[in-house]
Amino acid sequence: MPEALRLVLAIAAKDIRAELRSRTALLSAVVFAALVLVIFNFARDPTAVAAVDLAPSVLWVTFALAAMVALNRAFTVERENGALDGLLLAPVPRGAVFLGKLVANLAFVGTVEAIALPLFVLFFNVDLGHALPGLLGVTVLATIGFVAVGTLFSAMAVRTRFAELMLPVLLLPFMVPPLIGAVQVTARLLADRPLSEMMGWLRLLALYDVVFVTLCTMAFASVVDE
Amino acid sequence: MSATAARAYVRAGTAITLLAFLALAGVYVLALKFTPIELRQGLAQKIFYLHVPAAWNALLAFSVVGLCGGLYLWLNDRRLDRLAESSAEVGVALGVVMLTTGPIWARPIWGTWWTWDARLTLTLFLFFLFVGYLALRAALHDPGERARFSAVVGVLGLLLVPFIHLSVYLFRTLHPQPIVLKPSAPSLPPEMLRTLLISGLAFLVLYIGLVTIRYGLALAEEEKERRLDAT
Repeated sequence: MPEALRLVLAIAAKDIRAELRSRTALLSAVVFAALVLVIFNFARDPTAVAAVDLAPSVLWVTFALAAMVALNRAFTVERENGALDGLLLAPVPRGAVFLGKLVANLAFVGTVEAIALPLFVLFFNVDLGHALPGLLGVTVLATIGFVAVGTLFSAMAVRTRFAELMLPVLLLPFMVPPLIGAVQVTARLLADRPLSEMMGWLRLLALYDVVFVTLCTMAFASVVDE
Repeated sequence: MSATAARAYVRAGTAITLLAFLALAGVYVLALKFTPIELRQGLAQKIFYLHVPAAWNALLAFSVVGLCGGLYLWLNDRRLDRLAESSAEVGVALGVVMLTTGPIWARPIWGTWWTWDARLTLTLFLFFLFVGYLALRAALHDPGERARFSAVVGVLGLLLVPFIHLSVYLFRTLHPQPIVLKPSAPSLPPEMLRTLLISGLAFLVLYIGLVTIRYGLALAEEEKERRLDAT
């Protein structure tokens, strides 16, 4: 295994291990996502709006809010006992630290999404059918993009006075392109539309991932180094 | 030393801003008296000569923030950070002009103040992004940290713009398609194009004037902090 990849996985494994030992953040994020879904169910008039019309946006707003809660946690844990300083003192390139945190955050957000998706199917009575593989694909594509930006911003937000408030304010505009794309693709998937109608959005999502993962990896050094 | 430089910037900026206001008054006269009235939209179309130049310059201001951010991360020059800060504030002000004149026009023409059309939504989010940029600056105390963090947000914001533009073309949109900044020739009668371009120029001068004033203020603030630290 190449050295850089080993470092990335080591940092990700550290975060995942720490999370699995307490499980409080993961549990709260899952409960939070479930609550958002429940509240959405009461926010619509079932006689006027069919569940399936609202489903794509409900799903993605839930994912976005849950990701926000999860990302807030990413660097607040590193702040305690000067853990981040220790991590930065390790002979590891900054890019690897960032990618490690990114992988850990993706695991975290992915877990929340994996639990929220069946709940969504249950609460909204959506027939996923053969849309499931496509839905998983678009979820991966969209999540990578905004979690990458979120990981970087979370490293900045912890240094400010209102970290919990600063992260959503900075991150939400960046979530807009992936979220719009994801909602559009999800709506077409649920309506059984042909792949050609989604290709434009899928390309946009993939391009977003490539651009922002690269850029955030490069910018990370400017955020953590004095 | 720095205090005199700050004063010079503010003075020059004020002069340029006054010039821009004069030019804007000229633009109003030009747009109302010497530009033909659009056949279908009537007088409501006149707001186009404010809305579009304000939007152009707001986008220019946000691009300057991004470019200065990128250059700052490379060259580490305090002046670039000051320029980015000034440009972001003026950009937000121009964004307010864009976001208020738009609905005033949309009400008679589209029959609604606001619609969740792709371009409107995304420019609104771009505006929020720069409000967030200013909020981030306000929430950070250390000048070096503030400069680095906001430079990163500025660069990322600049890269968000193409994605916004791509989404606009993918999303079916109600907003009039670009009529000047597009691959083919502008599809606007020459008199209207002339007024629009003159107005764009007036707004550009206004932008430069306001940024110069704000740059001087940033200098003065730094000077104040340095004197406070010295005592």
